[in-house]
Amino acid sequence: MSVFVFVKFSATERHDHEHVISARKYMADNDVTLTIDGDTLAVPAGTTILKAAEQAGRHIPTICYHDHCTANGLCRICVVEVNGVKPLLPACLSRVSEGMTVTTSNARAERSRRTILEMLVSAVDLSQAPEIEKFIEEYRADRARFPQAERREQPVLDDNPMYIRDYSKCILCWRCVQVCAEDAQFTYAINFKGRGFDTGIGTFFDKPMPETTCVFCGQCVGVCPTGALKSKREALLEEGFSLDEIMQSTRGGKKRRRKAP
Amino acid sequence: MSDADLIRLRSLLAELAPQGRAALLPALHAAQHFHGWIPETAAMEVGNALGVPLADVHGVIDFYAMLSRKPMGRTVVRVCSAPACALAGSDQLANALCRHLQIAPGEVSSNGEFTVEHAPCLGLCDHAPALLIGEAARGSAAPDRPAEIIAAGAERPVSFVGGDIRSLTSNCGQGHPTSLADYRSGGGYTGLKKALMMAPQAVLAEIKTAGLVGRGGAAFPTGIKWEGAAKAQGQPKYIVCNADESEPGTFKDRILMEEDPHRNIEGMIIAAHAVGARRGYIYVRGEYPYAFKVMGDALEEARQAGVIGEDIFGAGLDFDIEMRLGAGAYICGEETALLESIEGKRGFPRIKPPFPTTHGLFGNPTVINNVETFCNVPLILERGAAEYRKMGTERSPGPKLFCVSGQIQRPGLYEVPFGVTLRHLLFDLANGLKQGRQLQAVLMGGAAGAFAAEKDLDVILSFENLSAAGLPLGSGAVMVFDDSADMRDVLKRLAHFFADESCGKCYPCQLGAQRQYEILDRTAAGRSVAGDRERLSDVGGTMIDASLCGLGQTAATAVLSAMKLWPEMFDGKK
Repeated sequence: MSVFVFVKFSATERHDHEHVISARKYMADNDVTLTIDGDTLAVPAGTTILKAAEQAGRHIPTICYHDHCTANGLCRICVVEVNGVKPLLPACLSRVSEGMTVTTSNARAERSRRTILEMLVSAVDLSQAPEIEKFIEEYRADRARFPQAERREQPVLDDNPMYIRDYSKCILCWRCVQVCAEDAQFTYAINFKGRGFDTGIGTFFDKPMPETTCVFCGQCVGVCPTGALKSKREALLEEGFSLDEIMQSTRGGKKRRRKAP
Repeated sequence: MSDADLIRLRSLLAELAPQGRAALLPALHAAQHFHGWIPETAAMEVGNALGVPLADVHGVIDFYAMLSRKPMGRTVVRVCSAPACALAGSDQLANALCRHLQIAPGEVSSNGEFTVEHAPCLGLCDHAPALLIGEAARGSAAPDRPAEIIAAGAERPVSFVGGDIRSLTSNCGQGHPTSLADYRSGGGYTGLKKALMMAPQAVLAEIKTAGLVGRGGAAFPTGIKWEGAAKAQGQPKYIVCNADESEPGTFKDRILMEEDPHRNIEGMIIAAHAVGARRGYIYVRGEYPYAFKVMGDALEEARQAGVIGEDIFGAGLDFDIEMRLGAGAYICGEETALLESIEGKRGFPRIKPPFPTTHGLFGNPTVINNVETFCNVPLILERGAAEYRKMGTERSPGPKLFCVSGQIQRPGLYEVPFGVTLRHLLFDLANGLKQGRQLQAVLMGGAAGAFAAEKDLDVILSFENLSAAGLPLGSGAVMVFDDSADMRDVLKRLAHFFADESCGKCYPCQLGAQRQYEILDRTAAGRSVAGDRERLSDVGGTMIDASLCGLGQTAATAVLSAMKLWPEMFDGKK
């Protein structure tokens, strides 16, 4: 490869000689050279723009993306401009290609990011989503941009001893549906309901969780970024109950019996 | 559910079971057909028989507007709410029907007989105001006689078909389907016979030389698409016909299917030969039950005659086609959403790349084309690419169908060579505006299109000229508005359509289509809020720039074009 290439390592990575040599060796066979915000770098073929930008020390915001879930490019907050491509591209999904020139932030991308945030906060309760709140500040999104906007408010669903579902906080990142299905658990207890703005997460004919295939593994609670899914204990603590009260109330009627030896 | 119903449903599901999830939509249609709606027990039977998780079954039912988890009347009356029908009084029609039946939209009449619903465009724009009564299409329905409209026995409306040339539409306009015998006596299937004597590569070369580009709206070169699928690894390969024509103001594919079904079939078989596919699907939108029936009957006729099936015309080609009926989702006209729908999923569009040519139906190489595109194919083979190119312009060869509707003397389907002007189409062919009226606007390309005005009448209808004028050709919808039309109401309806039809996958469209509708709703009522113009332009720009698929990317184009043409319309006064 005759082009001049330099690799920017993240701050945590050690710049030892050996590492650079092995990176160069790998580069010769497999790597793709691209330019991100004016910096040229080489990354392995198949890398996403999001990961390549991280290597270049550029932070692209993401909302729906999760390292351990299938990326679907839903929130579009990670959109970037790529030379020669008309629409903006989601960095979380788009793979690098040889000679690609990426601009991670400009007026166009920022307009999209800001407007998406403004529309999201006008529909959903983000009070327990600090990461998104941070983006709202960063992109100077106006929380009151859309007056008279319909919100996706709905009653909290409290139908099992393990977790509550407060879908007024749901941003439809799909993570819970995915970990309940092929991304982790293969339980398929939840899926989508409705369509468009009225899309939601639901069960078969809106049955309470204990009547579904849910095994209460808690993975959906673990990946929820906004507090829409929350362990019962946490929800009750927030409501001011004592740990003792919570234990009494969530223990339920059934007693576990140890099998006779 | 009665035991008798259960037994009938189970025996039907047993037939569908080997297909697994891919039979979900047909199974749900069957369940709904039995009961008029889909009760929980039926949904459970379907899920268990096909091995689909119950939560997914629920998700799929909810996605499609024509499937219902709530009781419905035995006959569902769907009144079109798109602009052309609204201008002809479809709101009054829906109100009159509801008053007559003493129900609100969505409710069941006391005798359990009827439910009245507002529907998106029914593709009957040339018969505005139009409605579907159960499976029967009705047009020019007068709001003052609701009892007559609902009574059985009215005739199916027949569309006017005209234009400068009649190559694609040579068998259309008579109001009934062309039989296999009639199609063949008019020269039908000679294109296929010629193709079968050629090597697949030679057929590909012919399509490429002809310069055919897709007629569904995206204008992608057909030959390049076919070549991609031909070269791709993986079997079986599929040929899929996108007959989910749902773009408001578009009805060309409906007429092609209803009146000349074999032309589409012939085009698909030629494609199968060219790319080496053995299996095909025709996906017809749920609002076209008659076209679905005609296509299905024609396939059976073709199968009996050995035109599809094994060893077609003794040339060694095996190819068969299966029908799929959509269930009310505009998004399924997006090619990857359509493939998801055939696979028994919610019609969420996929991320591209990879494209269907390499990763299409069931993950295999797939050619997916629009009905009009497939209908061009026999013509190219029959006449040869050079002869075909004599029609149209150098860069837009061939014939093109335009669906003219709205406030115009003679709405209908017009076939012209590329290269005529919009003025010629509207004034020479469709006889111009109604007496004493002035032109206000022409919506080009449907809801996902853009508005043209008087100044654009001399634009040449070709891909290159329209693109230079900043106007889309889209699906070939041309909707005319004279000076009596309330354009704010038109915009509100277009916005409502997208808010209803957004699939909800990506944020810009899921949220943006809703916000756009809210703003245009208050604009139409004369209650704009300061800053609404900027809000519309930010929401629109974000949908265009950042949406995942073509629906979101075009959901604001008509609105933004209106803002350029009539900025004063958005200042809050009425």
